[in-house]
Amino acid sequence: MSVGFVMLCHTALGRAAQVARYWAEHGCPVVIHVDKRVSKSALRRMTRDLEGVADVRFSQRHACEWGSWGLVAATQAAATLMLREFPGVRHVYLASGSCLPLRPVEELVAYLDGRPKTDFIESVTTEDVGWTIGGLNIERFTLRFPFSWRKQRRLFDGYVRLQRRVGYRRRIPPALVPHLGSQWWCLTRQTLSAILEDPERPAYDRYFRKVWIPDESYFQTLVRQVSANVESRSLTLSKFDFQGKPHIFYDDHLQLLRRSDCFVARKIWPHADKLYRIFLSDDLARQPAAEPNPGKIDRLFAKAVERRTKGRAGLYMQSRFPNLHWENGMTAAPYSVFEGFSDLFENFDIWLGKVTGSRVHGHLFAPDRVEFAGGETVYNGALSDSADLRDYNLRGFMGNLMWNTRGERQCFQFGPRDNQKIGPFLGRDPNAQVSVISGAWAVPLFHSNRNFGDIRKEAARLQKIEAEHLAELRSLHVKARVRIWTLAEFIENPMEPLQTIIDEISPRSSRRLTEAPRMSDLTGFGQFLQNLRNQGMQPVLMGDFPAGDDPRPSTTRRGRPYLVK
Amino acid sequence: MGILGSYQLRLARKRWRIRAFRKRRELKPVADRTGAIRSGDLLLFSTLRNEKVRLSWFLRYYRDLGIDHFLFVDNDSDDGSREYLAAQPDVSVWTTRASYKRSRFGVDWLNWLQMRYGHGHWTLVVDSDEFFVYPFCDTRPLRALTDWLDASSIKSFSAMLLDMYPKGPFGEHVYREGTDPFEIAQWFDSGNYTMSKNRKFGNLWIQGGPRARTFFTDAPERAPALNKIPLVKWHRDYAYVSSTHMLLPRGLNLVYDEWGGEKASGCLLHAKFLDTFAHKAAEEMARKQHYANSHEYRAYQEGLAASPDFWCKWSEKYINWRQLEILGLMSKGNWA
Repeated sequence: MSVGFVMLCHTALGRAAQVARYWAEHGCPVVIHVDKRVSKSALRRMTRDLEGVADVRFSQRHACEWGSWGLVAATQAAATLMLREFPGVRHVYLASGSCLPLRPVEELVAYLDGRPKTDFIESVTTEDVGWTIGGLNIERFTLRFPFSWRKQRRLFDGYVRLQRRVGYRRRIPPALVPHLGSQWWCLTRQTLSAILEDPERPAYDRYFRKVWIPDESYFQTLVRQVSANVESRSLTLSKFDFQGKPHIFYDDHLQLLRRSDCFVARKIWPHADKLYRIFLSDDLARQPAAEPNPGKIDRLFAKAVERRTKGRAGLYMQSRFPNLHWENGMTAAPYSVFEGFSDLFENFDIWLGKVTGSRVHGHLFAPDRVEFAGGETVYNGALSDSADLRDYNLRGFMGNLMWNTRGERQCFQFGPRDNQKIGPFLGRDPNAQVSVISGAWAVPLFHSNRNFGDIRKEAARLQKIEAEHLAELRSLHVKARVRIWTLAEFIENPMEPLQTIIDEISPRSSRRLTEAPRMSDLTGFGQFLQNLRNQGMQPVLMGDFPAGDDPRPSTTRRGRPYLVK
Repeated sequence: MGILGSYQLRLARKRWRIRAFRKRRELKPVADRTGAIRSGDLLLFSTLRNEKVRLSWFLRYYRDLGIDHFLFVDNDSDDGSREYLAAQPDVSVWTTRASYKRSRFGVDWLNWLQMRYGHGHWTLVVDSDEFFVYPFCDTRPLRALTDWLDASSIKSFSAMLLDMYPKGPFGEHVYREGTDPFEIAQWFDSGNYTMSKNRKFGNLWIQGGPRARTFFTDAPERAPALNKIPLVKWHRDYAYVSSTHMLLPRGLNLVYDEWGGEKASGCLLHAKFLDTFAHKAAEEMARKQHYANSHEYRAYQEGLAASPDFWCKWSEKYINWRQLEILGLMSKGNWA
């Protein structure tokens, strides 16, 4: 008889009684504290459940509101009773009514027998604590908290602010160094009795009565006064989420709990029948004397908290709809936007797909339909190619496309003929790689068989649209990776920019480009621009094309240019 | 939202509640077993008309989840639905011949029943073709979810409507009473839902899915709303505004996170598109009792004549809730 359990119960008393019976029948005395707010009938049922079980005592009842002194008072009363009634107890283990032993008691006893002088209590100085809620660490000890955090949150917050502003501070008793930690501990008789029988205790109690959440600081602070052998960790597996409320274990956690090698876990869902049945049965397989290792459970819950606070990048859904600038990834993955390339090069999409191995779409924002790769009418995630549906919610369309295709790099063409409303989104998205050959929209016009008056009008319209778009891409708020060349600049030396873009899309393929896409025939393009000028339109976005002097006569040869390594 | 706006919503909420109170006279009890409802019971509320063929599976599904008591409003069925329900031990039924449309598509009736019987309970409001799926629903009963919601001080839980459809024309497979409808309607659209915020009520307005993709390509704004908040810890002051799409007070509509995180959410699998659908569409067209002058049903009828198949090669085959969570249609939030 070396370890005794103090249990603080307030709900699911039936389960608590089950666990108490298990411990008591396996030779560990149990002192139960039942919250004063629990109804008489429920308490009567519990005492009836435990009738005839030796070594179970009920301690004097206190009202235990969350974060109040009552919890400490209850613990003190129950611990005192334990030390008085059961002189054989060497370690006192503080547990709650929703705790469940995961390993046979004998293993815990053996573990503690091997460490007879050690106090297991998480006890961390306020500077080093990273987990407190509400951002209150040392202020728990120096401010006053007359209002309930749960029921009177506004008053609570307001009063804290007021005290901060006027610079109010309570005096911490000089002998004490504030420590915080999990409220579930296991202390030796020596340490516990030293705390409980300390002549200064009335003064300390008076002080801690007004500390916020004293059950996380009373024993954690005082233990440093009296114990030389504090092992600062809790033997109870207990995980808290981002709001400081404990995670709950269910039947489907069975394997995780088994493999954690922890002695006691909290908190268990009261209806987790399978967990209670298996862990309280006597034929629980004895495990080798392993150290508790809650790593896997830690990861599971850390992931859950991350999902709740950060979420999955680029996902818009019924329960995640981030405000502007809070998206944590406006889209799910990097993608590339090509503006003007398909005007300048023939079959640019086929070439790009071959070189980069990515999915290359046509003009996704074309006015008549969504030009998915391969001319599909429905795409990944059952996205429709209807332009009306797309335009109804452009951002939603873009977010969906990138979410549905995550894992595969997407590229698409864009130009002044397309729906421009998506422009600012593309500019603001850090995942976008936007490459623009400005003025390239003039090439199809140059090749078209239309009346020059119409061409002139169309050119003026497109130039105006593209100029506005370029202004957006050059604005201060742009987070996309934007590269802009004028048409003249680009055809001067097309391979170098192409190589840069491709390298960025697939950085691991260190191969040099060997095959360039075939450029449209530009013979007479300079003259074409001059004609536009002569008709009173000023083409500026193409850069400098001298009239009559055809650009790059070598590329106008109908053949593929090759680069030699 | 300013003080004036809040006050207007408050008035609106009172108006809906008064309306529900007046409409209570339209309901005639057929089987009233509400005396058996214990505190903390999980309650399900539903309106229906001529859904006999679905009821057996519906009741079985929700009994397995852990619903303790069912409260139905029968809108003048003539196929034996009412009698079938009245014979069930855990069901209370009211019947009415009044206009479905004038009760705002059943909302007034259910608001009344919830006001009367739902106060302090977790209440689930679903149609008889909607099947609630939530994180861990294969290993944890509904009570586990509501306990967790209680512990997290969350009062309402979102579940988007997910239209399920068969491969091939709806009429090809015949749905038999008592069988799982999702053995036929196994497919769904995984990633074509778009959403926008409703500034007035604070809820998200979600549209998309196979119906938008096939019936509403020319009028996307008329595509049906898919956002639903079916599970609420009811208080008698609450009121559903429009179907279960949104509630008042508007805080209950904030089932989504705006700072990048994900809140927990589920899905309502919608078993509407079975062989029973064409018949239903014709009937509803004749009754003219549906939303927006039955525009939806008119679109279906026209669509049905042209192309009765939702299936495409990007349709996703339903496996379980984990699949929906990975696809980003629902989320575990911080429930683990």
